[in-house]
Amino acid sequence: MSDEIILKMRGIRKVFPGVVALDHVDFTLRRGEIHALMGENGAGKSTLIKVLTGIYELDGGEIFLGNHPKPVIIHSPQEAKDKGISAVYQEISLCPNLTVAENLFIGREPKKHGFIDWKAIHERASAILKSLDIPVESTKPLEECSIAIQQMVAIARAIDMKCQVLILDEPTSSLDDGEVEKLFKLMTQLKQQGVGIVFVTHFLEQVYAICDKITVLRNGELVGEYAVEALPRIQLVAKMMGKDFDDLKKIKNDADLKVKDQHAKPLIEAEGLGRINHIKPFDLCVYSGEVVGFTGLLGSGRSELVRSLYGADKPDCGKLKMHDQVIKFKTPKDAIKKGLAYLPEDRKRDGIIDDLSVRENIIIALQAKRGLFKPMGRKEMEDFADQYIELLQIKTASRETPIKNLSGGNQQKVIIGRWLLTNPEYLILDEPTRGIDIGTKTEIQKLVLKLAKEGMGIAFISSEIDEMLRTCSRMIVMRDHEKVGELTGSTLTEEHIMNTIAGGVKADEKR
Amino acid sequence: MKKDDPQSLSSSKENIVASIMHHHLFMPILGLMVVLLSNLITKPDFFVISMNHGVLYGNLIDVLNRGSELVILAIGMTLVTAASGGQDISVGAVMAVSAAVCCSLLSGGAASTNVLQMPIIVAAIAGIAASGLCGAFNGLLVSKFKIQPMVATLILFTAGRGIAQLFTKGQNVYVRVDTFKIFGNFIPGIPVPTPIMISIVTVIIMAIILKTTTLGLYVQSVGINSNASRLVGLNATRIKFVTYVICGLLAGLAGFISASRIYSADANNIGLYLEMDAILAVALGGNLLSGGKFSFAGSIIGAFTIQGLTTTLYAMNVSADQLPVYKAVVVVIIVVLQSPVVQKQLKRIQMKRKSVKVLEKGGVSA
Repeated sequence: MSDEIILKMRGIRKVFPGVVALDHVDFTLRRGEIHALMGENGAGKSTLIKVLTGIYELDGGEIFLGNHPKPVIIHSPQEAKDKGISAVYQEISLCPNLTVAENLFIGREPKKHGFIDWKAIHERASAILKSLDIPVESTKPLEECSIAIQQMVAIARAIDMKCQVLILDEPTSSLDDGEVEKLFKLMTQLKQQGVGIVFVTHFLEQVYAICDKITVLRNGELVGEYAVEALPRIQLVAKMMGKDFDDLKKIKNDADLKVKDQHAKPLIEAEGLGRINHIKPFDLCVYSGEVVGFTGLLGSGRSELVRSLYGADKPDCGKLKMHDQVIKFKTPKDAIKKGLAYLPEDRKRDGIIDDLSVRENIIIALQAKRGLFKPMGRKEMEDFADQYIELLQIKTASRETPIKNLSGGNQQKVIIGRWLLTNPEYLILDEPTRGIDIGTKTEIQKLVLKLAKEGMGIAFISSEIDEMLRTCSRMIVMRDHEKVGELTGSTLTEEHIMNTIAGGVKADEKR
Repeated sequence: MKKDDPQSLSSSKENIVASIMHHHLFMPILGLMVVLLSNLITKPDFFVISMNHGVLYGNLIDVLNRGSELVILAIGMTLVTAASGGQDISVGAVMAVSAAVCCSLLSGGAASTNVLQMPIIVAAIAGIAASGLCGAFNGLLVSKFKIQPMVATLILFTAGRGIAQLFTKGQNVYVRVDTFKIFGNFIPGIPVPTPIMISIVTVIIMAIILKTTTLGLYVQSVGINSNASRLVGLNATRIKFVTYVICGLLAGLAGFISASRIYSADANNIGLYLEMDAILAVALGGNLLSGGKFSFAGSIIGAFTIQGLTTTLYAMNVSADQLPVYKAVVVVIIVVLQSPVVQKQLKRIQMKRKSVKVLEKGGVSA
């Protein structure tokens, strides 16, 4: 690694309708450097890469290449490639039915008298593969190669096209440990050749195994650039989640007060419940009147876990018990009948029924529970709707207003009302406060505590640790689709939670 | 029928006009009115209703009578559209199946009969049940196998008339019995054509179903957001399936009326192109063909608009060959007027006027 800068992005800004995806982001890449780009989902990693490779046009800021004093403008991926910037994505964008050699040279085949020079193609392909130690024959169809080899071929193609900046976007997510090692070997080799590599991954271990620098993004903004040695893992997690680690230690919590009577009978028990590729088998035991939090980085499997409890995704192994009786939820309706309720993470896609009125959105779950032949009277519906509009302080022009005309926070309150109306024993709230103003957030937190006090069991998921510490008496920690810890009482501190999310030493041994 | 928008309960005249104009049935009714009232210029006696030989007679009666099958089809099509966001293009062919089953049972398999081989009610139920089966087949493909409605129903659209021919053995089966003819014509002593009465009864039954069950809410919910519907405990698959079965049954009923009109099962011509008219009726009624919220009233008005147009053009002595051209022109106009782009423009003009007025008054109001 040298100090020679090959890529400099300054003040990058990208706006989508209604969202600022990137705001004043700086990024610097040096020759022979492996630079991790970190951040939670939605932090802006992909957008930054797409701006760099010309898929998106930027709305502000400048990109400098090498020593050129003038900024470059990149209009298309082709232009990016011409300037020495290549990206290899998780889903490989090569042609699986062609051979390795054809894939290496497609679109730039060496020609002889106007015809493709096949001899040259195979000779040069073999030379490239050999120089990069990629163990594959140039005549093999790409689809017969493993994903790792396919990825390496994509990298080889980029390198042969004189790429100086190589972007690897989640390259390891579908590789096994051995393949990851091979990929790392290749990356190290490229690094020695002076290629600058931008490495996007959500595996913390891999960052510490191979990277030199880390740039952290959060909510489209730059958090900072750090040398790997200078940023302990737990601090990295803290930066990604938006917590200043030093401050965290000072926060006191009164979690002990919230711990429940342990002699009570469990409301729901899961034994080895799991779903292939979504959530590794887990055990869980929850009690009435208790708020249990599920935490972990986005995409760590916390939503999948609660969905498997509710029957939204059918688990394919394990057992679920409610009040000591084994139950099976084939559909959400079965779960609703047993007294479960689920406020989904994606309000727009899974929550609201946008053209229907506030009234209809409130009563629909109870109506579905009652069945096709027991319609509610108009008066009954209106009373229910009015009752929850009043109780939850829903701001709406009238109960007949289509729910899509309400603000996000008020839509969320309608969905909460919908489930409270079914009088559930166990209420699952998946990100109930996302994208909602502070006032409503506090209201929802208060409501959660009040409901628990009245004896309802509650599952609470939030990306904001503060919020969870305020409401939860116990927290389940998830990492990489696995339940990795359960914290209660005195262990329920922000530091502990982050440590568990980061995986500490234990995870190192596993990799 | 007209209900004021809750946002504009103010009693000023303008607001009443505005709320009428914003009602979802405003454009469909306007379309129907324009079609019917155009006769005032060309043929004023269009609206005359008289008694001839003890039965009602006149162009308006003709519209109601001839439009009966279309109204019945449009109701089924509305449900299918709302729940699945697609259309059942097999209803015309399914009408032929119903007619073929019914008539061949009545004739006992012969090509023509003067004596009923079984009670009409049994044959009618058999025909309608066969159509219900066709609907179930469509529903299975759409709801369970998640095939696009257009593709799924294309199968019976093509095969339906062939299946009908199997029952009639390739002939037109005639049932020359007066008691069979009454369903498509007149009941002796009653001046109103029977199809009108059947369509009214059908509409009433559907209204009762909507009132006494939650089907309407479920269908709309599934049509708007199938994901969310599943999570609140609705069985989206079953609801879609049911709408296709209902659509099939109604097509069967329409086929029975058609057969009775011409006291025969003409598998090649019964319900021919009627699926397109039914879809158009749904669209003209202001319903989104992509599903979601629906209005039976709109579809029924749409059906009468189409039939009114046909009858009007016939009254103007347009030949049957040229009819589709004129029909197409009028339909294009109505559909464009209802299109989101034009509606948006109209709304913008209105908003402009409103804001100008507010400025003049110097007040600020919502």
